[in-house]
Amino acid sequence: MKIKKTSLNKLHQDNKAKFVQFAGYEMPIQYSKGIVEEHKYTRSHSGIFDVSHMGQLFIYGDDNLTEDLEKIFPLNLKNLKINTSKYSFLMNETAGIHDDLIITKIEGGYLVILNAACKDNDFKIISEILNDKYKMNLEENRSLIAVQGPKSEEILDTIINGVSELSFMTGNWFVYEDQKLFATRSGYTGEDGFEISVPNDLAEKFTKKLIENGAQLIGLGARDTLRLEAGLCLYGHELGVDKTPIEANLKWAISKDRMAKGGFIGSNIIMNQINDGIKQIRVGIKPEGRLIAREKTKIFNEDELIIGEVTSGTFGPSVSGPVAMGYVEKEFSKNDTKVFLEVRGKKHPANICGLPFYKKSYVKGATK
Amino acid sequence: MSEVKYSKEHEWIKIEGDVGIIGITQHATEMLGDIVFVELPDVGSSVEKDGNAGVVESTKAASDVFTPISGEVMENNQSIVDDPGKINSDPENDAWFFKLKIKDKNELNSLMNKEEYDKFAKESGS
Repeated sequence: MKIKKTSLNKLHQDNKAKFVQFAGYEMPIQYSKGIVEEHKYTRSHSGIFDVSHMGQLFIYGDDNLTEDLEKIFPLNLKNLKINTSKYSFLMNETAGIHDDLIITKIEGGYLVILNAACKDNDFKIISEILNDKYKMNLEENRSLIAVQGPKSEEILDTIINGVSELSFMTGNWFVYEDQKLFATRSGYTGEDGFEISVPNDLAEKFTKKLIENGAQLIGLGARDTLRLEAGLCLYGHELGVDKTPIEANLKWAISKDRMAKGGFIGSNIIMNQINDGIKQIRVGIKPEGRLIAREKTKIFNEDELIIGEVTSGTFGPSVSGPVAMGYVEKEFSKNDTKVFLEVRGKKHPANICGLPFYKKSYVKGATK
Repeated sequence: MSEVKYSKEHEWIKIEGDVGIIGITQHATEMLGDIVFVELPDVGSSVEKDGNAGVVESTKAASDVFTPISGEVMENNQSIVDDPGKINSDPENDAWFFKLKIKDKNELNSLMNKEEYDKFAKESGS
């Protein structure tokens, strides 16, 4: 299989990116300053993330489309306002998670942002369920660029006038160089920020403009440490077909009325798990000292019995210490429960803790 | 003057009589990225040439540290445990890992000098 490159590949090279293969794409893991510096710059200023490998699925249709999509997603899409986004997931019949996603109601349809590694499979699943009744386009001609951090609003607004009027989890079309951009106020870092869908031929020019105005390119390495500090799930780590949204502690993302009435794929299992409880649940884990517990680290209770496994773990540059997430048996999931992590044959103490590890308030309303 | 030699696992050893001071090379730190955790061998423990003698972790991954020669650990550098970032900023001086009492000086013969190591590091790439 040929490795795919995004429209910003040359710009990454020019900025001395170290590349990795990710979901069939050559993507920058870091630039010359390194993960810690890039992480901190995003928290204090503004970081640019090339997330063009992610899927931008446009689905066009009328009220019937909304009704049909409600059979897939556990959301109240009928009441969702135009240009408003929701976090959701694509599940199988047993409520296992095929992918997590952001769905935005747009004029004439929906835009669904999908994980790179899942997008082709998601497209197949969704088009089968929708029975090819609607026009669906997994857009290849647009790049996706995220700008994250406290200075992002100011920087982006000088390039696309009006973005500062967006509130968190809303979006709109804007014009840049006579072409249409779709910007949403959202992100994956725990910072205020935007994700902008840009035509491929404008992506480099647009990104250079962001750099000129003080934002810096940030690689996938810092994207991972940022999202982990923010307590956000990563598909393939916290999420997969062997986990349900209830187990992943994502019940908040299911619309209340849908939870009561069901009628979406996997709803029977979801309702059973809400009523009868679950065996395991996603938690935050704070190792004592500086020890880093990576993915697949076994978690033990005080009686030395295995109670779970770490799904992501790293050093959090903004909290200046190690952070991890994982799944533990429900009875050990309360905050401050003492657990032990087996690293290199030794058991090290840690505590179950609430998420996120790092908190900053998102912009709720427009500031202008 | 003390002599410095290098291993294929990207460790350096500074030889001062019967004592070897060991750390990881600049090239190693560049490959690892930001180092955020380090585990050192205990004082008094014996380490065998090319055997495990600690761990360094970057934001990306954990890597074993190997000892280029055998000996008994006399001292380990707690300042890099408390501030692993020092390893990135000054890997071949202040951020040494441990000192050991050299068991067999003949083992040093298998190591590279500076010139040989620089060539090796360049060729091993990335």
